[in-house]
This record gives sequence, C-alpha cells and structure tokens, in this order.
Amino acid sequence: MTHEVAPDRLHLTLFISGASPASTRAVRRLRDLCDRNYPDGYDLEIVDVYQQPALVTSRGVVAVPTLIKDLPLPIRLLVGDFADESAVLTALGLPEPTAA
Amino acid sequence: MTSPDVAGRGGPARVMLPKSLTGIDGFDEITEGGLPTGRPTLVCGPAGSGKSLFALQFLVNGATRYGEPGVFLTFEEARDDLVANTSSLGLDLAGLERDGKLLIDGVTLQPETIVETGDFNLEALMVRVAWAVEKIGAKRVAIDNVESLFVTFANRPAMIRSELQRLFRWLKANGLTAVITGERGVDTLTRHGMEEYLADCVVLLDQRVVQEVTTRRLRVLKYRGSIHGTNEYPFLIGLDGMEVLPITSLTMDQQVSDERLSSGMPGLDEMLGGLGVFRASSILISGTSGTGKTTLAANFANAACERGERVLFFSFEESPAEILRNMASVGLDLARWVAAGLLHFHCERPTTLGVEARLVTMQRLIHQIAPMLVIIEPVSSLSSDTQGPDASAMIVRQIHYLKSAGITTVLTSLTGSGSGEPSAQHISSLVDTWVLVRTLEGSGERNRGLYVLKSRGMAHSNQIREFILSDNGVRLVPVYIGPAGVLTGSARAAEETIERDIIAGLDEKAAQLAAALEGRREAVEAHVAAIRTDFETEESLTRRLVETTEERRVALQSERTAEGHKRTAASTVNSPSRERPGDPREGASR
Repeated sequence: MTHEVAPDRLHLTLFISGASPASTRAVRRLRDLCDRNYPDGYDLEIVDVYQQPALVTSRGVVAVPTLIKDLPLPIRLLVGDFADESAVLTALGLPEPTAA
Repeated sequence: MTSPDVAGRGGPARVMLPKSLTGIDGFDEITEGGLPTGRPTLVCGPAGSGKSLFALQFLVNGATRYGEPGVFLTFEEARDDLVANTSSLGLDLAGLERDGKLLIDGVTLQPETIVETGDFNLEALMVRVAWAVEKIGAKRVAIDNVESLFVTFANRPAMIRSELQRLFRWLKANGLTAVITGERGVDTLTRHGMEEYLADCVVLLDQRVVQEVTTRRLRVLKYRGSIHGTNEYPFLIGLDGMEVLPITSLTMDQQVSDERLSSGMPGLDEMLGGLGVFRASSILISGTSGTGKTTLAANFANAACERGERVLFFSFEESPAEILRNMASVGLDLARWVAAGLLHFHCERPTTLGVEARLVTMQRLIHQIAPMLVIIEPVSSLSSDTQGPDASAMIVRQIHYLKSAGITTVLTSLTGSGSGEPSAQHISSLVDTWVLVRTLEGSGERNRGLYVLKSRGMAHSNQIREFILSDNGVRLVPVYIGPAGVLTGSARAAEETIERDIIAGLDEKAAQLAAALEGRREAVEAHVAAIRTDFETEESLTRRLVETTEERRVALQSERTAEGHKRTAASTVNSPSRERPGDPREGASR
C-alpha cells in the first residue's frame, strides 16, 4: 500500500493484536464494511501491535482494535470491533446506511 | 485483588522486604528505605497535590542516582510539554532520554476524537509499556495518572479495571518497581477504586488551605510487609523538587555535650551557673513585645561569631537590615560577621509560606550553611498562621532535629501581656533553658526584668535581674530589693542616690574625726616636746650642780690633806692615803 495517496481516497490503519479471534473478526467486519461502502477502493494497513510496538507508541494507540482514519482529514480514531456499523460510517464520514 | 501467583517473589522465609530508594528527601526515611521493590505503589491525592512530581522524581532519581532506568507513562501531558515544564525544576528529562536512562511515553487521549464502535481492550497500552521497558531495560515504571482512562472510555469502567489489573500483574511479574498515581475520590482513596488492586503500598498526598496558606501533607497509608511512619508528614515542592520534612528520630538518643557556651552577656552567663548554656541545647527567650528578646538572641549570635562559629538567623518579623541597624544601636556590630560569612540571615514574612514549607526551607538552609547556632525569631510566628497542635508538633520536631544535629538553638517567643505563657507552653517543656523577660512596672515606668525560669543541668540563679539596654550593650544588674520590694529603673536610682548620700556623709564624719585625732596628736606631741625640753634643761642644770659639788669636794679634801701633812710632819710618814687618795675619811682615821 505504498502508492501515491490521493487526498480524497480513504486511508486507514488498523491496529490489532496478533491472530486472536477478536482481531480476526474485526478485520473481517471492517473489510466487509469498506468493500460495501467504498466501491472505488480504499487503503487499509493492518498493524499487529506485538509486531510493531514502536508504531503503536508513535501513533498513540492504547486499545485494540483501533482504527485510524488518516485520510481524508480530519483524522479520526475508532476503537472497538466495528459492531456498531452506523458509528463507524459516521466516523468515516459516510452517510448513514439508509441513504446508501 | 493482587494475585500472588504472578509475583513469584513471595515467600514466608523472607525477612526483609527489598526496597527501592526514591531519592525524595525525607520519604525514604519514613518508609525506611523507599518503595517496595518489584511492586506497584499507589500514590493518590487531589489534583495539584504533587502526585506527578512524586512519580517523576522517583524515576529521575532512580535513573541518575541508583542506576535504574525508568519508563514514564503519562496520561497527563504530551512528552514535549512535560520536558519543558519540568526543566524549571532542574530536571533534564530530554538528556536522560538521550542517555537511555529514561523513556517518556505521553499518552494523550482526546475523548472528542475517539469513536467507540464495539468491544475493545487495552492490549496496545500493555504493548507500549512492555516495549518501552524492554527498550531501555527499565527497572522502574511510573504511570501518571491512570484514571484518565476512565474519563476517555467512560462507559466501560469494568473493562478498564480488569485491564489495569492485568497491567499491574504484568508489572509485578516483571519485577518492576512502579508508581501508579490516582485521583482522590470523594469517599474513596481513588475515584475508581484503584486501591483495591494496588494494596502493597499506598501513599496519600494531601493539600489543604488553612487560613489562605497552602500546606501539603504526605502519609503512608499502607505498606504491606513493612513498618512505616504512620503520621502525616509535611512536604514542600521547592526549587529542588519534592522534599518531605526530614524526620528526626524522636528517640532520645542524641549526643549530649558538656561544653558550655557563653551567651555573650557576662551577666546572663553568671546567672546560668557562671558558665553559660550547654552546646546543642535549646534556649527559649520569651517575653512580651519590646522586652529585648531580639537583642538577647543577637548577643548569642555575636558570641558564637566571636568563637568563629557559623550562625543562621531566621527572622520572621524583621529584615536583616533592620536587625543590623537595631543591634548597632545597642552596641552590637553584627554587620562584620555578615561580611565575614559567619552570620547568615534568612528573613521571610510568616504569611508567604505555610508552616511546613517554612520548616522545610529552614532545614534545607541548615543543611547548606551547617551552622553551630540557629536562632528562630520568633518561634511563635511558626504557629501563628496554623492552628494549635499541628504547628507545635512541627516545632517540636524541629527542635529535636536541631538538637540531634548538635546545633544550639535560640528561640524567641512573644507572649501576651498576661503573666501566663500560653504560646510558649507547648515548647517550654522541651527547651533546656528558659529565659523570661518581663516588664516590671512601678513608679510610672516600665523596666525590664530578666530571670531564668529553668535551665537543665546547672545551678542557675533564682534572681530577677534588671536588664538594661544601653548604647554599649546589654547589662544585667541585680535589682534593688528594699523594704518596698523589687526596685528598678529610676526608683532604684533614687534609692541608690539616698544610699550614696548616706555613705558620703559617713565618709565626711570619718574624715573629721581623723582630722581631730591628728590635731590632738600634734598637741600631745608638742606637749611632750615641751616637757622634754624642760627635762633636758633640768638635767643639764643638775649635772652642772653635781660637777660643782664634786669639784668642791675634791678641793676640800686636798685642803684637809695639806693640813694633815702639816700636823704629822715630825712623825713617820705612813701614807696609805697615797693609795687611796680619794678616800679622805680613811686617811683621816689614821
């Protein structure tokens, strides 16, 4: 995911803890949600906190799962396993699912 | 609840709990060695009570003095802000970080930017701590202030609690000595009950405002497996960071000295068994205002400086300049001792600091200057701004501290105009020598009377002396005790004049008598001389008569002899008279 980032293109970083069932579930839910709502594509970087602890620190992450929406601005921090889909969409700046 | 299984260091055979020094002055003494090694300690208190500073000093001292690198996880401020804010306390956090002795992880959580979308845990936080600890090989960890997590994730307190428990277990399992700070709750030690999980050691910080002066206190509430001081101890956040009032051992094992020190006033020394006070003793000078307490204290200072000893003079009422000027007016040149570096003044208005702050400052100065004599002027000001037992306990500690350090202490105390000594009562039992200056009223004036109420270990005078301040210094004169009682001032002067007159009269009389006697003697001698002259005349006359008589007798005798010759010219001439020519009768009988 190192190609040029367009300012309007959705760029996400997801912090999870290893291959725990909760992490796997969160990744699946997020992918599913983004696939449905971003047909034009999106960038998703997945970080295992145990693999890149320095990045966890530098990004100020305390919880897993944590999703950081870097682009488009403003930066948003989402914590949780994406069970509340409407909250995720609002945070990502998308209209409510009813409008989709 | 702590889980002993993960600690792996428990065991009934252990005699001494290992401890880690905090390097916070005074705290290590209260806890007899610092915080429990390898265990988390909860430090709680209200906002602004010094929790963060405690945590930070614990780490910085660990890194700089005890070779134990530390991780500072702060939820309070960003790393850069922290570095900037603490530089004013003389802490070089950035430098320590460069040297790999410290790692600051600023966790800035902004609840408004965070959206919760479902279940989560704080594993990432655990990862951060673990990573930081591993990175610098930390032995110490401080987490400040853990309760902000409850604010950020307000609807999941149960999850946060269990996650924190996990974190504390992890710290313990890894043998990390940790300080966790928590905000004081209304009825609980911490707002979110952290004390339930951090039961090894709990330190309580407090900040109270009493009569508009802030006073800070520290108390070790709990220390599992260790004895600790249970009192509230005052502490100060000063230029050097946090200082808990160094605790003097209140055991009575201080060295005693037999050395006697002059008070600088011969009259007072005389009253104190002729030799003055004991070194390292405490002397209380109490009296109503204007009785010369400061002057007495200044004389002690002057005497010590003359011995070449350093003196620390705490004045809570006058500035150094005022004291120097006022003392110069009674013939005490203290300025030369200031110039010589022997006399140090510390003046402060009593209202600017709380009593603890003042005592801590005093002790720091005492450490710095290492005086042989400390003057506290007046000690009553230390208790005037806070109420009763609190402050007096503090003063008691201070006196003990000075005593055990071998420092002679002169305290002055202002008393009310009544005859009782209420403000000095609480310390009077503690001091060794109590000098009381009183005004003696009579004949329309007030004069100063001084007496030694008590002085341990010496035969002291029971007399009241009049205490006279003059341009040439202090004089203590025995008061005049006449039929009308104790006389001072002009009454004494008048009485003394009368006495002087009588003596003068007597002197005159004696002179007259002596003159009279002399005259009589001269007369007698003249008389004797006259008699002698008469006698001498008589004597010479008599002698003349005797001589004449003899001549006549000799003449007569020679005549008679001549006649005898004429009569016996025809017979044999037998003349024994030649042999005894002087005996005419013998010659005649033949």
